[in-house]
Amino acid sequence: MAKMKGATVVDIERCKGCGLCVVACPLHVLDLTKKSVNQKGYNYAEAVLEDVCTGCSSCAIVCPDGCITVYRKKEEE
Amino acid sequence: MTKEEIIRPENLVYRKPELLNDVPMHYCPGCSHGVVHKLVSEVIAEMGMADKTIAISPVGCAVFAYKYIDVDWQEAAHGRAPALASAVKRLWPDRLVFTYQGDGDLACIGTAETIHALNRGENITIIFINNAIYGMTGGQMAPTTLLGMKTVTCPYGRDPKLHGYPLKIADIAAQLEGTCYVTRQSVEKVPAILKAKKAIRKAFEYSMQGKGSSLVEIVSTCNTNWRMSPDKANKWMEENMVPFYPLGDLKDKG
Amino acid sequence: MAEKEITLMKGNEAIAHAAIRCGCDGYFGYPITPQSEVLETLAAEKPWETTGMVVLQAESEVASINMVYGGAATGKRVMTSSSSPGISLMQEGISYMAGAELPALIVNVSRGGPGLGTIQPSQADYFQTVKGGGHGDYRLITLAPASVQEMADFVDLAFELAFKYRNPAMILSDGAIGQMMEKVVLPPFKPRRTTEEIQKECPWATTGRIGMRKPNIITSLELRSEEMEINNLRIQAKYRVIEQEEVRYEEYKTEDAEYLIVAFGSAARIAKKVIAIAREQGIKVGLLRPITLWPFPSKKIGELGKKVKGILSLEINAGQMVEDIRLAVECNVPVKWYGRLGGIIPEPEEVVEEIKKMTC
Repeated sequence: MAKMKGATVVDIERCKGCGLCVVACPLHVLDLTKKSVNQKGYNYAEAVLEDVCTGCSSCAIVCPDGCITVYRKKEEE
Repeated sequence: MTKEEIIRPENLVYRKPELLNDVPMHYCPGCSHGVVHKLVSEVIAEMGMADKTIAISPVGCAVFAYKYIDVDWQEAAHGRAPALASAVKRLWPDRLVFTYQGDGDLACIGTAETIHALNRGENITIIFINNAIYGMTGGQMAPTTLLGMKTVTCPYGRDPKLHGYPLKIADIAAQLEGTCYVTRQSVEKVPAILKAKKAIRKAFEYSMQGKGSSLVEIVSTCNTNWRMSPDKANKWMEENMVPFYPLGDLKDKG
Repeated sequence: MAEKEITLMKGNEAIAHAAIRCGCDGYFGYPITPQSEVLETLAAEKPWETTGMVVLQAESEVASINMVYGGAATGKRVMTSSSSPGISLMQEGISYMAGAELPALIVNVSRGGPGLGTIQPSQADYFQTVKGGGHGDYRLITLAPASVQEMADFVDLAFELAFKYRNPAMILSDGAIGQMMEKVVLPPFKPRRTTEEIQKECPWATTGRIGMRKPNIITSLELRSEEMEINNLRIQAKYRVIEQEEVRYEEYKTEDAEYLIVAFGSAARIAKKVIAIAREQGIKVGLLRPITLWPFPSKKIGELGKKVKGILSLEINAGQMVEDIRLAVECNVPVKWYGRLGGIIPEPEEVVEEIKKMTC
């Protein structure tokens, strides 16, 4: 059966580290980075479990700043 | 499949709306304003009205909404946005005209303007961001602050004997003859956000069809002045605000 | 607890504490930057539990000033505070209070304008305050503090003057003084007046027909022109007395001054630094700081104008008080203006340059 594979691109400079995408993602793909901060000092969101992302866009929909762009492609058999 | 194979224009599923520009928004991390700005931007574009919209911004955290959504905006004095909108829509009936206001702007200083514009059945939409507190000025009590809630001007909790009761604006609006659509929505999780977008779309459509005034109340959060994290604020809102300000359509005459 | 307390606080907080201590009966206000701390401090202090003072966050500035009108009409010591755009909303109410001859205190912590403006300080409400921002022939007794201490001291003084003359009074401050923190000695506690004291001080007040006295009516309406003229003449006569008796100012290094700065509030603080720098460079500059903006110290400025070679009006606006200085000196001496706009505060060095231009 074909699966949807998703990928997220976070605008890390626009991200304010609010964490709502982390909460919204049903598959725990995203987390706030502990290794870095952006120019404004926020721990921005990043995909830590990229492989399980299905591109459902929950993260992008809840993001108050429109930081996340989501792509999705059907995995061919 | 590699990530690079997925990230291609033809695979795009969701991006920041085109009318929401790249100017960084000053709202606090996790603020409901940002989500509603996205929805308004998407709806205007989907209706093809980007070049025919005149929006009115409030005094409150959203005072700079005009910097973020690429339509024509007018900055109103505190509470007076519905008055501006009434004039603008009557003078330009083919334009999409809406106001975007907070609880202080709409329900406190602006109560008269709100009630009268709605009751006149002006063909406008009033978007009402209700987070039960004054954000921009530093966390003072709002007319929609819940009983017992602590703010910097009711630091011991809202006491009905001293401060009166919270106002249920949507209920008042639903009673007015001139209103055609009154609804309460929220934007803290995906299903709610999708419903809220539909509500905004419906209200905007009604205003273009000359069906009268609409009030779309968005029960929202202010995590900074509620002194909570964004996620906790969303949960607090669900547990405390929604029971008092129930979600759903209060009126739909369209 | 000592009656005289020395403490460190913001100008806005000092207003609130002084209000409680001077026996204020009620505060009615609305949040607006940069003065919301007045209401917040009162809410935290809970004076309704100690002195019985009423504190109410009104729905708007229009409501606030009308609450003050209602309270003042009963002879109570009532006040409000706001900032420029909110004070604009209060103009109708202020005119009504002047017309009905009611005593009250309005505090304006002014910010940059016009319109919604900025939240940074300005002195651009001078015209609005002393030339009558509301309609009709009236004046506002106006005190201009230049420190947190004066913010505290002027609350009782403003009330005293307001009640002495049955006229609204204003403390015209700015966002810098409202927000800065300085050492302040708060005034001692004065109890709120009893009903008997109010009756005695304000026999005109609507307190209920105590002892079935003749009804008191508070109004500013008079449809018969002849009567209205009499009312206005009576109010004008009061203003002439105030102009004679209540002028207040501070002189600083004027004894040997060859040039004079006239400045109030934050600008006066800057002026003192300007004077220090100028005198180091050999220019003898002095300062006349009006404390009452109305009544304006015209007589004193006129006298000093005869002694000096030039006057600089230093005010954080586009040139407002400068007009009153020119009137006071009757064109006997050059009067220049210097100021910054939009909430920017002038730096001493740039003002010194202006003084130097005057010496050429």
